[in-house]
Amino acid sequence: MSRTREFLRRILPQLVTLAAVLGLIAAVYPGFFEVSMANGRLYGSLIDILNRGAPVALLAIGMTLVIATRGIDLSVGAIMAICGAVAAAAITSGLGLAAALGLALAAGLACGLWNGLLVVLFGIQPIVATLILMVAGRGIAQLVTEGAILTFTHEGLIFLGSGAVFGVPTPVLIWFAAGALALLVVRRTALGMLIEAVGINRRAGALAGVGAGALIVAVYMVSGLCAGMAGVIAAADIRGADANNAGLWLELDAILAVVIGGTSLLGGRFSIAASLIGAMIIQSVNTGILLSGFPPEFNLIIKAAIIIVILVLQSPRLRAGPRLRRPGGRVRGASAAEKKERVTS
Amino acid sequence: MEDREPLLRAQGVTKAFPGALALDGVDFTLRRGEVHALLGENGAGKSTLVKCLTGAYRRDGGDILLDGRPIDPRDTQAAQELGIGTVYQEVNLLENLTVAENLLLGRQPRRMGLVSPGATRAAAREMLAGYGLDIDVGRTLGSYPVAIRQVVAIARAVSLSGKVLILDEPTASLDAREVEMLFGVIEGLRARGLGIVFISHFLDQVFRICDRVTVLRNGRLVGARDTRGLDRVGLVNMMLGRELSEETRAHGRTDGPQGAPALTFRGFGRAGRIAPVDLEIRRGEVVGVAGLLGSGRTELAETIFGVTPHDSGAAEAGGSRLSLASPRAAVAAGFGFCPEDRKTDALVGDLTIRENIVLALQARRGWARPVPRREQAALAEEYIARLDIRTTDAEKPAGQLSGGNQQKVILARWLATNPRFLILDEPTRGIDVGAHAEIIRLIEELCAAGMSLLVISSELDELVSYSHRVMVLRDRAQVAALEGAGITVESIVSAIAAPEPEGAPA
Amino acid sequence: MLRKTFWGTAAFASLVLAAPSLAQTIGFSQIGSESGWRAAETTLTHQQAEERGIDLKFADAQQKQENQIKALRSFIAQGVDAILLAPVVATGWESVLEEAKEAEIPVVLLDRTVDAPEDLYLTAVTSDLVHEGNVAGQWLVDAVAGEPCNVVELQGTTGSSPAIDRKAGFEEAIAGHDNVKIIRSQTGDFTRTKGKEVMESFLKAEDGGRNICALYAHNDDMAVGAIQAIKEAGLKPGDDILVVSIDAVPDIFKAMAEGEANATVELTPNMAGPAFDALAAYMTNGTTPPKWIQTESKLYTQEDDPMAVYEQKKGLGY
Repeated sequence: MSRTREFLRRILPQLVTLAAVLGLIAAVYPGFFEVSMANGRLYGSLIDILNRGAPVALLAIGMTLVIATRGIDLSVGAIMAICGAVAAAAITSGLGLAAALGLALAAGLACGLWNGLLVVLFGIQPIVATLILMVAGRGIAQLVTEGAILTFTHEGLIFLGSGAVFGVPTPVLIWFAAGALALLVVRRTALGMLIEAVGINRRAGALAGVGAGALIVAVYMVSGLCAGMAGVIAAADIRGADANNAGLWLELDAILAVVIGGTSLLGGRFSIAASLIGAMIIQSVNTGILLSGFPPEFNLIIKAAIIIVILVLQSPRLRAGPRLRRPGGRVRGASAAEKKERVTS
Repeated sequence: MEDREPLLRAQGVTKAFPGALALDGVDFTLRRGEVHALLGENGAGKSTLVKCLTGAYRRDGGDILLDGRPIDPRDTQAAQELGIGTVYQEVNLLENLTVAENLLLGRQPRRMGLVSPGATRAAAREMLAGYGLDIDVGRTLGSYPVAIRQVVAIARAVSLSGKVLILDEPTASLDAREVEMLFGVIEGLRARGLGIVFISHFLDQVFRICDRVTVLRNGRLVGARDTRGLDRVGLVNMMLGRELSEETRAHGRTDGPQGAPALTFRGFGRAGRIAPVDLEIRRGEVVGVAGLLGSGRTELAETIFGVTPHDSGAAEAGGSRLSLASPRAAVAAGFGFCPEDRKTDALVGDLTIRENIVLALQARRGWARPVPRREQAALAEEYIARLDIRTTDAEKPAGQLSGGNQQKVILARWLATNPRFLILDEPTRGIDVGAHAEIIRLIEELCAAGMSLLVISSELDELVSYSHRVMVLRDRAQVAALEGAGITVESIVSAIAAPEPEGAPA
Repeated sequence: MLRKTFWGTAAFASLVLAAPSLAQTIGFSQIGSESGWRAAETTLTHQQAEERGIDLKFADAQQKQENQIKALRSFIAQGVDAILLAPVVATGWESVLEEAKEAEIPVVLLDRTVDAPEDLYLTAVTSDLVHEGNVAGQWLVDAVAGEPCNVVELQGTTGSSPAIDRKAGFEEAIAGHDNVKIIRSQTGDFTRTKGKEVMESFLKAEDGGRNICALYAHNDDMAVGAIQAIKEAGLKPGDDILVVSIDAVPDIFKAMAEGEANATVELTPNMAGPAFDALAAYMTNGTTPPKWIQTESKLYTQEDDPMAVYEQKKGLGY
């Protein structure tokens, strides 16, 4: 009972933000909330947000776990390109849907394994370790597609990107299912707590017997798997694998979704649900800008302004209220060294 | 000398941190032309005192007089300008700059507004001339060994400050020859009339180079003595010995359990950390570990627990060999370990008390078999009651507890795993008197219940009161094993103080 | 990509082993392989050289000017007969072009121009981006024949010169035809994904698409994405909404063959053909070509047997 309340309280700021963003768009564009059935599928801007937000939502699931361990994964955009390319190459070479999906997701897992091993075995900082694949990954994807947009006509694969089940677009179902599964696995097993323990204090976790190394590798593999699913969806959506552009800069949107979701980049406490809402907030802003009809030169400025407002409103200092701020002019104020001492003593 | 005003005089210096009084009315006097050792265990207040002298901390009370004039440096730069310079163990210089640039950084000779490398090098060579150091000052600092970097740091500090030089563990990573070179430099500076504060835990070096010693303990001054006329036992006694006010058992426990050992370590060690030791522990037995800071106490604990896995010897329990290759393996073998540095090595501050308590148990069960939430809550409630953890509820982040209660949470974490062998490294350091007594009582209870314990402590009274046997470590090797009635504060102190048979180590 | 790597290696090997041959030797410094069009340009340059019996020395600069300058110096040192340069940036070419001039090696710029004195290169073969937009606009004006038509525009990457010029050319063509009006214009970043996403929002914003008569996309990839969005909204692209775009990549011909796209303006990847012709004329007769050779911006419609064009273009590496 209290766990449900705890959960709702955790995601409340994100829900309020999402509602505010949606309200703002509706004010600019009145028909925003209309949803109808057309062509055998749900049709409306809200559905577009859920559908278009699928890649970032999937990335945000893995990214949340990686960030919870005090890491970061810059390579997810490139992994999307690789996995989309693998799926397209497999399907065009005549393999079946299951085999193509299996290969694509295996490629995602392998990319995650590579990142994880760099971080754990060689102790490379996550931002640097994943930067390697971020840069090299598109090259690998281009090798697979031979530099062109590799198009396919396999209806089964296309269905994953632009099909619908009972009117709901497939990508929406996929990210909902992946999110629910991740949420369940993380909170119904001890995984969530162990990840948080390792993220807050890796040494303390290891000394308590937590297999921190294996856990961190696993988390990067999950991130790779999520990026793989996102890559397949992105390719299926346009019926082709675009090695140059698939998932381009989406790693930054995924990180932003996690941050909007209130998970600290310093690791520790995390909420996958809040990150998913964060992903929807970002997509709502994107879709809202498109609907607004402003000239494209303003897109980035509007997006940046909205996101700054969101982050400032959610900042811990503002939420905690002014009482946290120290009164100035304490006679013997604590110096930085003293604060550090308090932590280490 | 006595009638002159000392170079530096600190009177009644007090410094409080939230929940702890780090310095409690400490006096300290430094004369011109002396090398003065500042001694004490971890947490005794050495570094807090030094930071108050150098302006890194603002003191809460007391006076500091330099040349008879009261000073109140706001930061290290201000202290430097007044004449107080500091060189830390990990030299605070820029390794990618040249020696000359490091020496003259911020005041390089200029020609037409531009830094002149030639003039900089010449000035640097001149500065180093007095130190018997003939090196190419145009090479980067990082290309020289630590000892040379130390001397460069000293030369820079002396040229900037020139009255008081504080050396914080300067010899920790030097070999014997380098130590001698450094001592030559220190003697030269002493002859020039500088007052030098020397912080080290190598007693041989203290006797070799220092004129006087000041010993701190738990934030209070124990005393200041001339080195001449002071013997090693006297000095170790000041650092670790009995505190007069306390009333404790005079010798170790003689009611030790008999029978076959529950755990046997043979030739167990790790190169560079702890020389191979032999250790047998029975059920219900407490083995104490004594030694000065740096003697290998923590290294022994970490090697046994697999933090730095052993590379020699083996461990056995009931005839079968134990794998202790990692903390995970040690936990699987039924070991528990409360480390000395709770905050960095044990506590997961942002997790709740409940989560901190179940962490080790959960890690042992594996992620796929979660401890049910109800069971977690029951465990937390049980240990909060049993160890008297002072908190409003179990869902509070553990980082918000006081030191003593944090220590109890870590103890609870291991007790929840029902270990057969528990290692406690300085379990009573930095916690208040009440919690202190409770933890000692708990050690006795656990041992009565049949658990085997290895307890490391620099509180010798404490160690005497609960240990059946005591291992004494010095220079990362076991030097004595005491038992039952043979365990007294005096016997431990003399075992720690006894000089090495082959002569002083580096 | 594999193919190109192979060529790169082969070119390198020939740089090392090249024996003087009777055939003309021409060096080609390519930017890299950032797009399908670029890949097709590389393929066509090789084809054109082969047809003419030219020994082409190919160097892939991987988007770096310093690699291009190195390649040019190496061409000069080997004494090639001419150099083709597809410059990655506009500035910083003076000194190496002067070296080529001193060595009396003519340089022809492909696809892009440089900020350097005109006497440092023989000629530049490029397309006219404004003209391309203009051709697209003219087609639409003709196609609607005076009927009112609301156009939605998918722009290229905001601020890029193709986006600016193709927009300007289109607007120029529809100026004075008040029946044709751009009602929404948004960037699709030249990608299929963004093209589809932005088209979805256009459809929502304009009464489910019933208010839209035509789509003008600054490149075919965005058009291909948008076509899917139109189909998913239950409308017929090419019929309910006319689709005109630029570039003429193979996939748009497939869409035209299926009746889902109406017209495309070719940005020809065959920049090398005119360049070789100009060089041949210059070297044999001493004819100095004009400083700018504009490639043809050819209009393709559904009447031009799009499937045949598709088959023909498919192998070029787009």
